[in-house]
Amino acid sequence: MALLQPKTLKPMSTSEAIAYAVKQANVDVIAAYPITPQTIIVERLSEYVNNGELDAEYVAVESEHSAMSACVAASLTGARVFTSTASQGLALMHEVLYLASGLRCPIVMAIANRALSAPINIHCDHSDVMGSRDAGWIHIFAENGQQAYDRIFQAFRLAEDEDILLPVGVNIDGFFLSHAVEGIATMSDSEAAMFLPPRKAKYYLDSSMPMTFGAFALPDWYFEIKHQVAEVMERVPKKLAEVEELYYKMTGRIYGHVGAYRTEDAEVCLICAGSAAITAKSAVANLRSKGIKAGLLSIRLFRPFPVDSIIPHVKDAKALIVMDRAMSPGAPSAPIAQDMKAALYDSGLNIPVANFVYGLGGRDISVVDFENIVMKVMEDLKAGRPIGRGVRYWGLRK
Amino acid sequence: MLVGEVKSLKEIYGSDLIAPGHRACAGCGALVAVRQILMASRRPLIVVSATSCLEVTSTPYPQTMWKVPWVHLLFENAATAASGIEAALKVLSKKYGRQEHYIIAFGGDGGTFDIGIQALSGALERGHRFLYVCYDNEAYMNTGIQRSGATPLGAATTTSPVGAKIVGKTQQKKDLMEIVVAHRVPYAATASPSHWKDLMNKVRKAQSYDGPTFIHVIAPCTRGWYFDPSDTIKMARLAVETRYWPLYEVENGRYRITHPVPNPKPLEEFLKVQKRLNHLLLPENAEILERLKAYVNKRWERLERLSACFA
Ligand SMILES: Cc1ncc(C[n+]2csc(CCOP(=O)(O)OP(=O)(O)O)c2C)c(N)n1
Ligand code: SF4
Repeated sequence: MALLQPKTLKPMSTSEAIAYAVKQANVDVIAAYPITPQTIIVERLSEYVNNGELDAEYVAVESEHSAMSACVAASLTGARVFTSTASQGLALMHEVLYLASGLRCPIVMAIANRALSAPINIHCDHSDVMGSRDAGWIHIFAENGQQAYDRIFQAFRLAEDEDILLPVGVNIDGFFLSHAVEGIATMSDSEAAMFLPPRKAKYYLDSSMPMTFGAFALPDWYFEIKHQVAEVMERVPKKLAEVEELYYKMTGRIYGHVGAYRTEDAEVCLICAGSAAITAKSAVANLRSKGIKAGLLSIRLFRPFPVDSIIPHVKDAKALIVMDRAMSPGAPSAPIAQDMKAALYDSGLNIPVANFVYGLGGRDISVVDFENIVMKVMEDLKAGRPIGRGVRYWGLRK
Repeated sequence: MLVGEVKSLKEIYGSDLIAPGHRACAGCGALVAVRQILMASRRPLIVVSATSCLEVTSTPYPQTMWKVPWVHLLFENAATAASGIEAALKVLSKKYGRQEHYIIAFGGDGGTFDIGIQALSGALERGHRFLYVCYDNEAYMNTGIQRSGATPLGAATTTSPVGAKIVGKTQQKKDLMEIVVAHRVPYAATASPSHWKDLMNKVRKAQSYDGPTFIHVIAPCTRGWYFDPSDTIKMARLAVETRYWPLYEVENGRYRITHPVPNPKPLEEFLKVQKRLNHLLLPENAEILERLKAYVNKRWERLERLSACFA
């Protein structure tokens, strides 16, 4: 297939880019409830529906609990379903998130990551998604608007695959991405339709073949049914790679499970997720120009945690710096560091991991911050100071 | 098919949509009511249930009693699940020619009066076309008979026990019908499995409307009320005959008592046959009994006045 080059870049915020992608994905049902910084996504979608540009039902529910409930039920009819939320909204959905995965509903949800109350704060961190990370959802982090746009199509294609049938969260950093405008390369509607034909469900609610969904299972079956979700997760990395390959053929854009920058010979490798990866990349470039062997690994697929894609990039590093934009109070490490340490242990690698929690509640992190973090860890290494115990807090006022 | 009035048993014979062998208690009023409602329902049909006795007794994986497409999500979101299905089928039929279905959502009193009332209110306000049935056994039975917003004054439950200091539930029953009616739904009615024809015709009427409709059906519970499993229908009938459970409908705002009870039996007749309530007949609880009676009488009088307005 020939490579289709974007004719022009459209200036759009990430929220608008996501809404545009959802429209091109020709979704059938959207059920959502407003919450900053996600609101623009569903506002645009309502406009599309009301203007007749998108033939879908927009169900303006009375809470996020109901948003996800309506999405699960709609998905069980065989419809293509989208929703979007953030922070308290995701927390309120928590109970229902497990249904989406347990009932194998290929819902796609954009999450504009935002801090959780209390104190109330509308700005970015990843506490919301981390609180839901064990609900059986596939989670992808986008680093910019282009990735967010592209991931929506890939998410539907992945979720609706007969071998997967799991919901997908496309995470974007609240405000840093949701409200940031950039030039987005878009597909034409016909290209989008080619990549993502209408959903073809095999099992759905219909009187022509009455089925029972959501039965209760006692100890004799519950374990097996839940285990299926874990089993599917194991298939996700390969399937996502296939989906990305197809998408690449149409658009020339491919991201992978992780984004690696100058990791080949890196002595110290930064690991982070979301928009901070772009900032960290500049820091690595600056450090490299000063002769410091830094590298960056951005976690793009977070659930399932892509251990096999990660390890080759970090196995030769002297130290890893895992940057977490969420807390796990009382835990030995913040969430991504927990996963990283387990991945290293399983791979027989004894690389020290410095874990920094940063940017909670929208606190900024700059290129210089990342440079300083790397320098500090390198100094510690040189001085023989241990870097790998407990969590450190970057940018916290004393 | 299945649109006119039900006049005889013969018409509905063979239209059963639940298989034998469910695991509800013998004499469960909820299961009787559900069977009657499904028999009367228009087809094709999709059924939604909230977490409740109905759900756990009907679907122990890998078995199911439902001969219709059926879905259960959670305790509090049956109304929302129905909304999602209705919205989806609407657009799928338009886009891809999928068949539209009638939808009935069942919730217990706990899942409707209490934890699910927000979802119910939202769904009614949005105007989805579905019938919501609250089967009311007046307590959380599935978790072991705890008080709910539907439990009547004075009733003994495991979280409102009859104690030396406090005798049963200290609050009156929430008037759910009035809350639903305040949403200006086209049709809302009460029903009882003892008056099956009345119940079935209310189902048919509800399904003739293009919008959300509601039926509140009494569902005597042998475990929670403590009576012999063979007395379920007798209990339901006593509730109607004592005016404890008035049978009425509100059609486009017009009230009508569908089963007048000109010579009601004393409320005591209904109370004395159930262990959850018979302590109200003791002299020391006379005051509670009076308050319960006043509640029942006031509601009936109000319904009579409202029905007279629209006669
Ligand atoms: C969020 C949540 N809280 C509590 C429960 C536990 N629970 C399951 S069923 C039930 C009671 C159901 O009562 P009701 O709706 O009156 O139906 P019944 O069992 O009496 O038929 C409760 C409390 C639950 N499943 N979910
Ligand atoms: S406990 Fe009551 S409501 Fe539950 S199945 Fe038994 S009789 Fe029916």
